[in-house]
Amino acid sequence: MAYVITGTCINDSACVDVCPVDCIHPGPKDPAFATADMLYIDPLVCIDCNACLEACPINAIHSEHRLPPQLARYREINADFARERRR
Amino acid sequence: MSAALRVAIVGTGPSGLYAAAELLKRDPTAEVDLFERLPTLGGLVRSGVSPDHAARRAVTAAYEQLLFASGRCRLIGNVEIGRQLGQDELAAHYHAVIHASGAAHDRRLGIPGEDLDGSHAATEFVGWYNGHPDHAQRRFRLDCERAVVIGNGNVALDVARMLLLSPEALRRTDIADHALAALSQSAIREVVILGRRGPAQAAFTAPELLELGELHDLDVIIDSPAAELVTPPGHPQALRLKLLNEYARRGSLGRPKRLVMRFLASPVEISGDAQVRALTVVDNELLRAADGSVTARPTSRQHSIETGLVFRSVGYRAQPLPGLPFDTAAGRIPNEQGRIRDPATGRPLPAQYVTGWLKRGPSGVIGTNKPCSQQTVASLLDDASQGLLPTPVQTTDGIDALLASRAAIIVDRHGWQRIDRHERQGGAASGRPRVKLTRVDEMLAIAG
Repeated sequence: MAYVITGTCINDSACVDVCPVDCIHPGPKDPAFATADMLYIDPLVCIDCNACLEACPINAIHSEHRLPPQLARYREINADFARERRR
Repeated sequence: MSAALRVAIVGTGPSGLYAAAELLKRDPTAEVDLFERLPTLGGLVRSGVSPDHAARRAVTAAYEQLLFASGRCRLIGNVEIGRQLGQDELAAHYHAVIHASGAAHDRRLGIPGEDLDGSHAATEFVGWYNGHPDHAQRRFRLDCERAVVIGNGNVALDVARMLLLSPEALRRTDIADHALAALSQSAIREVVILGRRGPAQAAFTAPELLELGELHDLDVIIDSPAAELVTPPGHPQALRLKLLNEYARRGSLGRPKRLVMRFLASPVEISGDAQVRALTVVDNELLRAADGSVTARPTSRQHSIETGLVFRSVGYRAQPLPGLPFDTAAGRIPNEQGRIRDPATGRPLPAQYVTGWLKRGPSGVIGTNKPCSQQTVASLLDDASQGLLPTPVQTTDGIDALLASRAAIIVDRHGWQRIDRHERQGGAASGRPRVKLTRVDEMLAIAG
């Protein structure tokens, strides 16, 4: 299980600040931040602590199990970004 | 420094609110006065973000709550710097001023016919459907079947969606009532979005492309040479191209409305009598430089697109502020890490700072302004600790007295919160996030 950032994301990065395992990228210090379409959670690192969901000012983050059906694709989009980044 | 640091921030869009939050967090005694031209808080989060994306507007409320809970932040709304209050007067009352008034004006195309009836800046249309008091009285003729939006960023997509959404979908948003009424009667069935370069150079973000697929009465047509849809290895925007490719493969499903994304074409001339009748475009080819940059070069092939409505959405630009330097070519205030630099001397102007689009030009999304404002605040606090900020010659009481003497009607945070509550209550009655007030006199009456 993991948390998933969805397309409403505004790159506020409050989630990055509170993540205890640094699994949300690109963070504001990453050069990719300036042109990032959104931020992404690495599902292999996420520990389901819920901190990001509470920190997000616009409720763009969902638990994977409560992801609304029309946003289901963001599960794959978060995972794909994380995989590319690890390469 | 013995007295608490007092800072004025001009503008309450994302960059202004982020700067205020950072200042209050990093300096536990600092005091911030937020100056806002309108009686409403939020800048482009209120008047730029599309009504069908209203969930994003919650960012203003989140930061507003944080700022006002500190007890060290005031809103001085409905006051325009340069009108009721001069730059020099503002500077005299604070240790420092942060300019955060953004870049709310449009760039022009510079082609014939741009001023015909039916040719508009996207910024005007966006301000209109969002109920910005400067644009609420505008009229748009929506009696033709095809509109063209020139530009390849998210604003162009916003404009296209608002022209194509069904009245039922619009009715669930916080779109201004006048725009809801007009768009519900619209004859527009097709919107062409025109990009001078290819899909790989377009600035649409992936979530915006993805959500087009949720519009079930809409065909998304990708008009581009297939070669330009190939994703180059390691392309940073691979997801954007992947989504565009999916629409290209899907093609037409025979749905009642169409969004055509036409790449590699530039506008040449808008023609008509009094009213726009057609847009002439020229096909482009792409030139790839050794450094990886891609530019468009016009060919000799021209086409005419029949249309009655053309929006230019080729970027925002800032306007020079009286008394402050301005880089016209770059469209922003010259600065070093947020310190406004005087081009005549090459040195910083004492106690004058800038953040957001006014600082770096119109780029990025809402949150891009956060590190931008953090950098400006770091510069300011650094200067304060080095004793580089002049002691204000006037007090906080002085600014209040001065504004009273100008007969300014100030909307403070309580006034804004009354407006906010009124709008939300209006929306609750009709199942909408809010019903916006669109006239300053109405807003002032509610603010009390």
